[in-house]
Amino acid sequence: MSEKSADNSMGPLIDKAKADKAEICWDRLDEQSPQCGFGKLGICCRICAMGPCRIDPFGEEADCGVCGATADTIAARNFARMIAGGAAAHSDHGRAVAELFIAAAQGKAPGYEIKDEQKLLQVAMDFGIPVENRTIRDIALDIGKTALSQFGQQEGELLFVKKAPLKRQAVWKENGVTPRGIDREIVEVMHRTHMGVDQDHRNVLLQGTRCALADGWGGSMIGTELQDILFGAPVPVIGKVNLGVLKEDEVNIIIHGHEPLLSEMIVNVAQDKEMLEYAKTKGAKGINLAGICCTANELLMRRGIPIAGNFLQQELAIVTGAVEAMVVDVQCLMQSLPIVAQCYHTQIITTSPKAKIPGAIHIEFSERDAPGSAKEIVRRAIDNFPRRKGKPNIPKEQMDLIAGFSHETINYLLGGKFRGSYRPLNENIINGRIRGVAGVVGCNNPKVPHDELHVAMVKELIKNDVLVLQTGCAAIACAKAGLLLPEAAKQYAGSGLAEVCEAVGIPPVIHMGSCVDNSRILIAAAAMVKEGGLGDDISDLPVAGAAPEWMSEKAISIGHYFVASGVFTVFGVTWPTLGSQALTKTLFEEYEQTFRGKWAFEPDPVKAAKMMIEHIDKKRKALGIDKARERVLFDMQKRRELGS
Amino acid sequence: MSKIIASAAIRGAYKLVEKAEKKYREAAGRFGPKKEVGFPNTAYYLPIIYGITGIPVKTVADMETVLKECRSLLPPFVKEDHPLPYLAPALDAGMAALFAEEIIEAVRYLEQPDFYTKGEDPAEGKIWLGAADDVIMRKRGVEFVDGTAPGFAAIAGAAPDPKTAAKIAQELQEKNLYVFMCAEHNGKRFSEQLAEAGVQVGWPTRLVPFGPEISAAVFAIGFATRAAMSFGGVKPGEYRKILIYNKDRIFAFVLALGYVSEEWYATAAGAINWGFPTIADTPIPQVLPTGICTYEHVVSNVPLDQIVAKAIEVRGLKVTQAEVPIPVAYGPAFEGERVRKEDLYAEARGGVTTVCEWVTSGAMDEIEDGKIEVIGPDLDAIPAGSQFSMAVVAEVAGRKMQEDFEPILERQIHHLTNYAQGIMHIGQRDIAWLRVGKAAKEKGFMLKHIGSILHAKFHQDFGRIFDKVQVKIYTDEKKVKEIIGQAREVYKKRDARIEGMTDETTEVYYSCTLCQSFAPSHVCMVSPERTGLCGAYNWMDCKASNEINPTGPNQPVEKGETLDAKFGQWKGVNEFVQKASRGKIDHYNFYSVVNDPMTTCGCCECICVILPMCNGVMTVNREFDGMTPCGMKFTTLAGTIGGGLQTAGFVGHSKYNICQRKFITGDGGIKRIVWMPKMLKEEIRERLIKRGEEAGMPDLIDRIADETIGTTEEAILPFLQEKKHPALEMDALI
Repeated sequence: MSEKSADNSMGPLIDKAKADKAEICWDRLDEQSPQCGFGKLGICCRICAMGPCRIDPFGEEADCGVCGATADTIAARNFARMIAGGAAAHSDHGRAVAELFIAAAQGKAPGYEIKDEQKLLQVAMDFGIPVENRTIRDIALDIGKTALSQFGQQEGELLFVKKAPLKRQAVWKENGVTPRGIDREIVEVMHRTHMGVDQDHRNVLLQGTRCALADGWGGSMIGTELQDILFGAPVPVIGKVNLGVLKEDEVNIIIHGHEPLLSEMIVNVAQDKEMLEYAKTKGAKGINLAGICCTANELLMRRGIPIAGNFLQQELAIVTGAVEAMVVDVQCLMQSLPIVAQCYHTQIITTSPKAKIPGAIHIEFSERDAPGSAKEIVRRAIDNFPRRKGKPNIPKEQMDLIAGFSHETINYLLGGKFRGSYRPLNENIINGRIRGVAGVVGCNNPKVPHDELHVAMVKELIKNDVLVLQTGCAAIACAKAGLLLPEAAKQYAGSGLAEVCEAVGIPPVIHMGSCVDNSRILIAAAAMVKEGGLGDDISDLPVAGAAPEWMSEKAISIGHYFVASGVFTVFGVTWPTLGSQALTKTLFEEYEQTFRGKWAFEPDPVKAAKMMIEHIDKKRKALGIDKARERVLFDMQKRRELGS
Repeated sequence: MSKIIASAAIRGAYKLVEKAEKKYREAAGRFGPKKEVGFPNTAYYLPIIYGITGIPVKTVADMETVLKECRSLLPPFVKEDHPLPYLAPALDAGMAALFAEEIIEAVRYLEQPDFYTKGEDPAEGKIWLGAADDVIMRKRGVEFVDGTAPGFAAIAGAAPDPKTAAKIAQELQEKNLYVFMCAEHNGKRFSEQLAEAGVQVGWPTRLVPFGPEISAAVFAIGFATRAAMSFGGVKPGEYRKILIYNKDRIFAFVLALGYVSEEWYATAAGAINWGFPTIADTPIPQVLPTGICTYEHVVSNVPLDQIVAKAIEVRGLKVTQAEVPIPVAYGPAFEGERVRKEDLYAEARGGVTTVCEWVTSGAMDEIEDGKIEVIGPDLDAIPAGSQFSMAVVAEVAGRKMQEDFEPILERQIHHLTNYAQGIMHIGQRDIAWLRVGKAAKEKGFMLKHIGSILHAKFHQDFGRIFDKVQVKIYTDEKKVKEIIGQAREVYKKRDARIEGMTDETTEVYYSCTLCQSFAPSHVCMVSPERTGLCGAYNWMDCKASNEINPTGPNQPVEKGETLDAKFGQWKGVNEFVQKASRGKIDHYNFYSVVNDPMTTCGCCECICVILPMCNGVMTVNREFDGMTPCGMKFTTLAGTIGGGLQTAGFVGHSKYNICQRKFITGDGGIKRIVWMPKMLKEEIRERLIKRGEEAGMPDLIDRIADETIGTTEEAILPFLQEKKHPALEMDALI
């Protein structure tokens, strides 16, 4: 095993990259080291031209910037802007979905249709859109327009806020952070963190909080819900993961990024007979699609498309020499991809007008002719097949996994068509077979051994009967380690959790999708509250969250909307506010009073898992479910008291 | 669901659906698609399918839709490696299996119309009873409602030998549970084992041999499904409500005895949807995590001597078992057991010999609690095969004892005695009839044990209204004659007193929410002149019940200001009803079928319905299974108005209520009745004639039509005209 990764496929490829003189992220990290200490602590400010300023963390030199901003203000501004960046990314993704959704409803997006009518009706209900005597297209159009209006809404509350438990909504109201409109909250963060505006770290953070909520209960949720309607809510599916899914004798196309809008179409086109025939003319036996990052998760969840790897595998996929084309959309794309590709034959194809990369080929995705764009891309990849430089070097590592767990699916899986509900989950939490639920999500970061922290943390959690929900690169990491298989329950989970997994037939680690799909975890938490027996707010639930290998602004936004929704959340790697004791105290302590959720930082994944378990136990105690309960036997009197 | 169970259940469901499809094709070929199908005398079609999907299967062709639904419910088989989640698919497959089994059984009714006996008891050479019709379901349903039967055990398979089967059955009977039996193991069937062991099977003893195959399990689950619709007021198709109703209120479970086949697994998986767990005696995998059922879902490898206790614990049921110091088994399940002539040791038969039963109050210091005397010979001195005279006198005393409670206690003697295994009791007062079976005598049963029963049960059930009871059992002919004279004086005095009570002169009525365990929004109100619609509770019973259990289902209600004297509506009553019905009903009338009538849980003895063309009303009793002039059979009517609904033009009432002075006086009273089944007329003949006399029409009974005249309004109208029925001359009913 390489010291850089827990994934055995990685070491040899990292060596190969070196031999091939392909510079990859670990090389660049070395070149960047040592990294700026002020930046790491969050107390470097380059917001105005009087700066850049930095605060001395040891209190010996400057204690404020030129404008007078203190460490607290600077760290709060940086932190809030990270939230805004992350919220903007998720939400702009959500917006793109809404726009495509409207076009599909209008019949102006060939190849797209409403796949999940049941979910359409559910979302119509959430939005208060009438459904009686209306066509699916009419309802869809209203949903699309309502969703899109959420971005520019100026007053009132986002519609999905109503999906949160009433008590949670009250906490937001009390603190004045109920999000009004998605764009508005992002803009207001940018304004208030401009030079010379909001200079009270708590106040800056409140707007950051409102912005994060506009992501989780707004932009991200819109993205998830509308994608489910358009492409179908995921149902359990078996898939494969890791670079071993690349095929030596087939055209390998990697889809990478976050928006599944075009790649859904690429999946259709790649199965096209005409394309398969064309591939054969170029000497390939077929067309093999595989994903990286969250586009991969989206396509796995809904279409069972294999996953080649997570964030830190994007360059190494190219290093295999087996990838004809890497098609990217938005987010988490390394600019180095075309440079690495120069050493091989791989073509990097950008598809979003929002994300171009020098050295890449740009084939823009247009909703008006998505099948056309998709065909052009696939054809290009096929044409590139004969240009491979020698025999590719595909690692043998690959693993099976079960994915496809949406909120709707979990509800179904716990009781079937006739008795589906969250009751069995709550019951088994109450009776202690399941100790609690943890969301372990987030990225990879080359500063820590790739995947190792995810796997170590998740193993520790399931060993202690904590059911783990995952999204994003974290899910891919654990999938590669075999934790997303039902058999993992017996092998790794505590006896209580294993028993429940065996009863339901689920893995102890549940894959819920991409990083916008963290909204599914919010919905699941709200559903647990609604089911009853575990308190009346998300903050009462024995749950915790973590991102042990985080790196992006999106991770901060996600973490913060979980904290603001009442969840104890631990991050690893590094923490961007440590330069301000006051701000860190607000996040790590005060938020437990005001929002009944709080942040923590712990780089050791096992220690972090123990903190999560400790928190879960604290909540269990508060709920009075920390001790075994006596079996209640019912007589007639008790039955009469049931009420209607 | 463990993987092994889910895999087997899904495979079993495929087999059952394939079998049902084959049966359907055969039936379609042989009888044609338009041929009517269904279980006998039920308004619920094939009840599981009807309850869960809302589809009324009326013809062979209707089965096709259901089979398509079955196919769509059948999931892929569970893979050995890396299976997809299987609990939910297995539960769905189980549902498909039950639909398929109902179809299989429905086709059997077509192909072999005489396969099942259609009554409560096995017939000569035919043990299998098949589906319970609605009459049985409603009659037995009352026991589920009032708690005398908290649930049922569905037994599949067989015990190792008849003796063990009899032991398990008796244990279940002692826990007051019904036992529904089906399927076979090693060529043996539990029902047949019981018969072999000489145990009386059939509805009266709660040991119901449904059918020889696993598919007969649908008769048990269909029974439960109908309970939700008829008592719970749940509409067909509201599958979730039906299933949760059963999970919360019908305490049923499956006992799998012997080899568990794939079809058994499928059926058991289906039952889990209802919250009914499976307890097996074989080492099949267990499913212990809770969620769909209240506690565990599958518990296995349970030794047979512990299986009943385990099942009750797993289902989460609390059973209060009667502790009665007698040498035979005791419980409501033995109430329906007969003592046949060939099994008879001796009998005391009112009318043939001199017999009476009497409860009377005495002074505290004169009564020695628990003292039991037999004056005259006891059974050991009574020759086998003889008929003897007997007077049972229970003397009670206590600070709270009232004279009014005497008849209430006295009426208990019938069923309390009947609860003893091997003892049969019929009637009361001076027409009581007691039979002691040979088996009971062999086990050591003596007449003094009647005293033990009364002492123990009176204390257990009525301990709050008296402190002491002693029992004297006279068999000395001369003494018996002396006693019967005194008792008859008292009977006469009592009758006069209760007849003399009126609604007008009574300020406090009683509520009855006993049925809320099953019909959560129904509230009965009982006044002296409107007895409970189930026939089981009159005003005095409710009063006593309230003394016994002050916070129980019978509460005193100050009737308060009279809002409508004609229809019988009071402010205090309305306020109580609104509260107790949880806001569902805010008022009703006591004496009207037309205007805002009282609600019914579904266990009413009779239903009165307006017949507009005849300007009158009809009433039909539960036992009458034929068509009535309103166009609906009793069972359809009960399905329409049960579950605590208020339906203008329909009202549930007791048989006794028909001849009470206040019966629908708001609509014109007894003279409005233009039709009732002949059997009902006969049953209440004496009182009906008397009531006719009081109403100034001694021959009213002869002017009321019955099914021999007609079962449509058109058919009975000429009869009414010919007889000059008073209703025709009355004000327009509506």
